[in-house]
Amino acid sequence: MTENQSTDSTQRAFIAAIDQGTTSSRCIIFDKDGRTVGVDQKEHEQIFPKPGWVEHDAVEIWNNVQEVVDGAVRQAGISTDDVKAIGITNQRETTVLWDKNTGEPVHNALVWQDTRTDALCKELGRNVGQDRFRRETGLPLASYFAGPKIRWLLDNVEGLRERAARGEILFGTMDSWVIWNLTGGVDGGVHVTDVTNASRTMLMNLHELDWDERICASMDIPMEVLPEIKSSAEVYGTAASGALAGIPVASALGDQQAALFGQTCFATGEGKSTYGTGTFLLMNTGSEPINSYNGLLTTVGYRIGDQDPVYALEGSIAVTGSLVQWMRDQMGLISTAAEIETLASSVEDNGGTYFVPAFSGLFAPYWRPDARGVITGLTRYVTKAHLARAVLEATAWQTREIVDAMTKDSGVELTALKVDGGMTSNNLLMQNISDVLDTPVVRPMVSETTCLGAAYAAGLAVGFWPDTDALRANWRRAAEWTPRMDAAVRDREYKNWLKAVERTMGWIEEEN
Amino acid sequence: MARSIQSLERAAAVLRLLAGGERRLGLSDIASALGLAKGTAHGLLRTLQQEGFVEQDEISGRYQLGAELLRLGNSYLDVHELRARALVWSDDLARASGEAVYIGVLHQQGVLVVHHVFRPDDSRQVLEIGAMQPLHSTAMGKVLAAWDPVAHSELLEAPREAFTTRTATEPPELEAGLELTRERGWACDVEESWEGVASVAAPIFDRRRMPVGAVGIAGAVERLCDAGEIRPALVASVRDCARSVSRDLGARRF
Repeated sequence: MTENQSTDSTQRAFIAAIDQGTTSSRCIIFDKDGRTVGVDQKEHEQIFPKPGWVEHDAVEIWNNVQEVVDGAVRQAGISTDDVKAIGITNQRETTVLWDKNTGEPVHNALVWQDTRTDALCKELGRNVGQDRFRRETGLPLASYFAGPKIRWLLDNVEGLRERAARGEILFGTMDSWVIWNLTGGVDGGVHVTDVTNASRTMLMNLHELDWDERICASMDIPMEVLPEIKSSAEVYGTAASGALAGIPVASALGDQQAALFGQTCFATGEGKSTYGTGTFLLMNTGSEPINSYNGLLTTVGYRIGDQDPVYALEGSIAVTGSLVQWMRDQMGLISTAAEIETLASSVEDNGGTYFVPAFSGLFAPYWRPDARGVITGLTRYVTKAHLARAVLEATAWQTREIVDAMTKDSGVELTALKVDGGMTSNNLLMQNISDVLDTPVVRPMVSETTCLGAAYAAGLAVGFWPDTDALRANWRRAAEWTPRMDAAVRDREYKNWLKAVERTMGWIEEEN
Repeated sequence: MARSIQSLERAAAVLRLLAGGERRLGLSDIASALGLAKGTAHGLLRTLQQEGFVEQDEISGRYQLGAELLRLGNSYLDVHELRARALVWSDDLARASGEAVYIGVLHQQGVLVVHHVFRPDDSRQVLEIGAMQPLHSTAMGKVLAAWDPVAHSELLEAPREAFTTRTATEPPELEAGLELTRERGWACDVEESWEGVASVAAPIFDRRRMPVGAVGIAGAVERLCDAGEIRPALVASVRDCARSVSRDLGARRF
């Protein structure tokens, strides 16, 4: 009995992870083995004031975060003292400015998808173009990133620039906003961000991991509004109220970086790919940032306390799961997303067809906005089943192109691809990805890798887990696909795919 | 020609009439078109309505074809849909039990493995999706044969190999096993298919309580069994998982 009680008390120790995402906020409570013991989730409103504009109400988000934290703790049936740390992961780049004396946001948050800064980004590129700040920040000038969004708010919210100059205004991505409120807000809240989130502002120098004065001056952003940049895993402060009052807030990571961490990609060459509507692939490239000449982003993967930072290359694919949805909703060839596999499995191969879904141009590694989608190789022989196969292969080949670009930039060969996201239930697709990469594809047993990454980082910071080896020991393989494709077939098919990609380019003529 | 059942013929005529166009029809239209008394037509329509084959518009009182009729032609569950719905629950089962998890459906005269989660111990394992298992000796096979009449007849027709000394191959013994399976809601296989391997499985039902598949765990008999019996905690985990997947497919509590 006494023995039982002692195991029980060691097991009554948990980490809470807050995932402030694009459509909802979630809180998951994890035990030491990385198992979920409580979860709560709440969606927030998507505000579309104009075409291309996307906003969130930061106050609603903070209220939801408080609710889901309380909800998850209640559902887990644990007490405050059982929680050893709070970790945070968040939608990246979404930008909010608020008054530090009242805690009121000065405007809705500008969401990463918001394209209102397109023109501003072109202007900021001056004669150099979109790579003007790439060497320092690892990023091209694009509307996703936070810096230009800050500038837009300063230019467009009346009196804001003056208030900022008087030191009344604070900037944050959603990690900063949540941490500031969680640690007391107007009553002593800490104004910090972590290196991964800071690396998406276009204002941080990747080598120094500090705000870049020259870039801030070029964008006309007063440095007083910027938070202090911390590591991804250290105690920033303690929660001031709610179900977790008094518990240390000990990690922050952008969502894709959190997934990289949750997938325990701690060694150079380890990468993860999250297959959803679109796909985000990140590869650990070690302790030096690697410039990309192939259209990838250079970003901070994570930094644990005062250890060396770990950098990553990032490539995203705009259309993957959404192509399956397109086959279902626009083409009506299938009635559920899962049926794509049934249809595709009814034939041996693609029948000579290739589908390049460049619906809004080609992204990494081509960056060709003039491209549009094509289906090539059509003959009388081709059926909808061949098309279904081409749809799945499109995701596999696009993954291959990103991986090839990563290898070219870094000289690092991907050792294995760890996958997560909804499309991992598609067995044929996972096998196909392994075949075209000629690399094992591995699915972990935990689907919540993003939250788990935040929990892991927070747990490391407070000594809940001793080191990354302990986290690796937690990682469980649920499935593994190994390459089965003949090398000659792979080479021929890749050549055909690249030919199909060529056919997409130049479809949209230059304006005027 | 064998004698036919008049009320079924009439019901079929009602359905054909309603399928004839986009329009909805009132009771008297239907009765006169088919040359039936109003009372007879009403009785037919009420029964068809109960079965979901016909729906009545609340405001006009007119009749049209029901949604159940559409589902009838589209009834089988896509196995990839089954896997997508079962993914989270089967991961949980693997973690809770420490064993490999399988989901199987009837295919020809055996069990087709449509989903497989590795045993969570970091050992080298090979994905067995697409493999076939026998109906008469595995836990998943017995579950399918116990609840799905098609699987049951396949079981009786298929050749039944004695894989081990414990494999039951003769119908009386098999039927007794299926009876026990139905009674307790799960099936087991203790070294009946492979020496040293035991498995336990439970049925997955869809929203019409049709048995669409089986979920189970398989592993070393030393880990799964205690004195020759499957450990109760493992049975509970497997049944919890089967219930969760069934609930996700719309099956009501059972």
